[in-house]
Amino acid sequence: MEAVSLWGLGVVALACAVAVFACDSMARATFALLGSLVCVGGVVFVLGLPYLGVVTVLMMVMEMVVMAVFMVAYMMNPAGLMPMSMLHNKRGALGISAAVFASLTGAVFLVDWPQRRGSPPRDTTFQVGKALMGGQMLTMVVLGFVLLATMVAATVLALHRGRYDRLGDDLDRCPARDPAGGGVGR
Amino acid sequence: MTFELVLVLAAGLFSVGLFGALSQQSIVMIMMGIELMIGGVIVAAADFWHFLAPAAADGQVVIVVAVVAMAVEMAMGFAVTTALYRARQVDTTDMARELKG
Amino acid sequence: MVEAGRWWTVLLAPALLLAGALLAVAADTCAAAQHAGRRPSLGAVGRRLLEVPRLLTAQPRTLPAADRLLWRLGVLIVPAAAVLSVLVVPFGHRGVADLSVGLVWFNAMEVLTWAGLWLAGWGPNSVFSLVGGYRFVAQGLAYELPLMFALISAATGAQSLRLADIVAAQQGLWFVVWMPVGFLVHLAGVLAFAFLGPFAYPAGHDLAGGVLAEASGVDRLLLQAGRWLWLTAGAAMAVPLFLGGGNGPVLPAWAWSLLKTLAVLGLLVYGLRRVPVVRADRYVELAWVVLLPLTLVQVLAVALVVLVRQGG
Repeated sequence: MEAVSLWGLGVVALACAVAVFACDSMARATFALLGSLVCVGGVVFVLGLPYLGVVTVLMMVMEMVVMAVFMVAYMMNPAGLMPMSMLHNKRGALGISAAVFASLTGAVFLVDWPQRRGSPPRDTTFQVGKALMGGQMLTMVVLGFVLLATMVAATVLALHRGRYDRLGDDLDRCPARDPAGGGVGR
Repeated sequence: MTFELVLVLAAGLFSVGLFGALSQQSIVMIMMGIELMIGGVIVAAADFWHFLAPAAADGQVVIVVAVVAMAVEMAMGFAVTTALYRARQVDTTDMARELKG
Repeated sequence: MVEAGRWWTVLLAPALLLAGALLAVAADTCAAAQHAGRRPSLGAVGRRLLEVPRLLTAQPRTLPAADRLLWRLGVLIVPAAAVLSVLVVPFGHRGVADLSVGLVWFNAMEVLTWAGLWLAGWGPNSVFSLVGGYRFVAQGLAYELPLMFALISAATGAQSLRLADIVAAQQGLWFVVWMPVGFLVHLAGVLAFAFLGPFAYPAGHDLAGGVLAEASGVDRLLLQAGRWLWLTAGAAMAVPLFLGGGNGPVLPAWAWSLLKTLAVLGLLVYGLRRVPVVRADRYVELAWVVLLPLTLVQVLAVALVVLVRQGG
């Protein structure tokens, strides 16, 4: 049962992954990627990690919908109604990735993997929670800081107006001049 | 045998993503490639956890880190694209050559 | 306490969901009649339900350069996700699946409607429906975070993501009593992901129907059914989360689940016509500036109560 579902999910994941770069339509490419990553979440679920699997699916759906919005905003040809190639160095890239795949697959079958040690806990969600709030606390704290830094940096990069644009040279304009209304302290 | 096959799946996702990241011109498509590569990492981590060391939580922690890496990559990628597009009306890497060292 | 059901529950759960959705539509028709100053009658309800065979037999609209595949996919995802979401909701002491992460499952299925509606907006190659799809994404970014924290407050209170444990933790005191913010935010979230009533912005009249603008025939039926199915699914979910599930005196557990679900559903349908439609940019302000801090304080309060209880 486990093997069958893993096979199914794996084949669909790989097919969708190839479709990402084979579709002309960017909307289809984005949702092929979503299909692939949902299958990844499914694989994680089947391998005995229900929490991480479902959370992966949840996050990927949100991410891909947001990605679709940006994709329509920035790509010249989002619907693929006018097929064109947007590739460079296709042969080189194909060669490199084929070589990487061959060597990784070779390594998978050549390495003498260790035996399974221990057995899974009754509640795997509890295991990861306890690890992140215990032994791996530092990881969690670092992730928190990284996310905070990302939020600040991404906002700074994406905004083209600073506080002098909003509040005037003496920072005393009230309400601020914004292209759209709303926000705190309007 | 399932263990090895799932690892091959991870390698496949990683390689397809690598191909996309190397060959695409559009920044958004490059990010899709990177997402696929991280997807491969997630599959491999879950596989190692399940078949080699289920008693330790490290495999799960790797998945958490990978998912966060995906989110960070998306946010920063779109922020950079937005800044670049605003400055130069450009959305492909080939047209942003001043980033080249 | 809650056990995974036998195979026939897989058929029963969608049937019950559909029945609830039909009841909600009937109630909404009566509310609409009253709103317009007419007497609510069975005839009006019948006319509303005649839409179903009409849409089933209607000739679908064909549009130039529509992305059929993605359109169909999006239209299918909305009702399918609603049905999948109730698989973890316990009905009385029995649910279809007793998943250890039932709460997260419900949340993930609800987020799937984002993809579904964006695709339903993108597919027809029409401006109005695409704007409708974007509107839902904007609305989603607004309602999602407070809703997640509302769900988390219930999970924190029961110290489990399994819905059976959440129900068991409410013996004696329902969560709605000490998590009122979570309950209200959940109800608002239900209206938002069903895009009905005050949150009908993605399918607004000002946009010629938004995501529904080009949908015709079976497509339209599925999208409309998805809205009411989601409303029912959200109401059914509120019962194990905040209203004690099947707990109650005298009556059997399934009857209590049914009664409570219908009560929440009635409340939601009553609210549909009492609140004006909110624009997403207005709601995002309310959601992030007011609701998000409130739900965070709610989670903090619940966590403190749980800790003190454990200590004592």
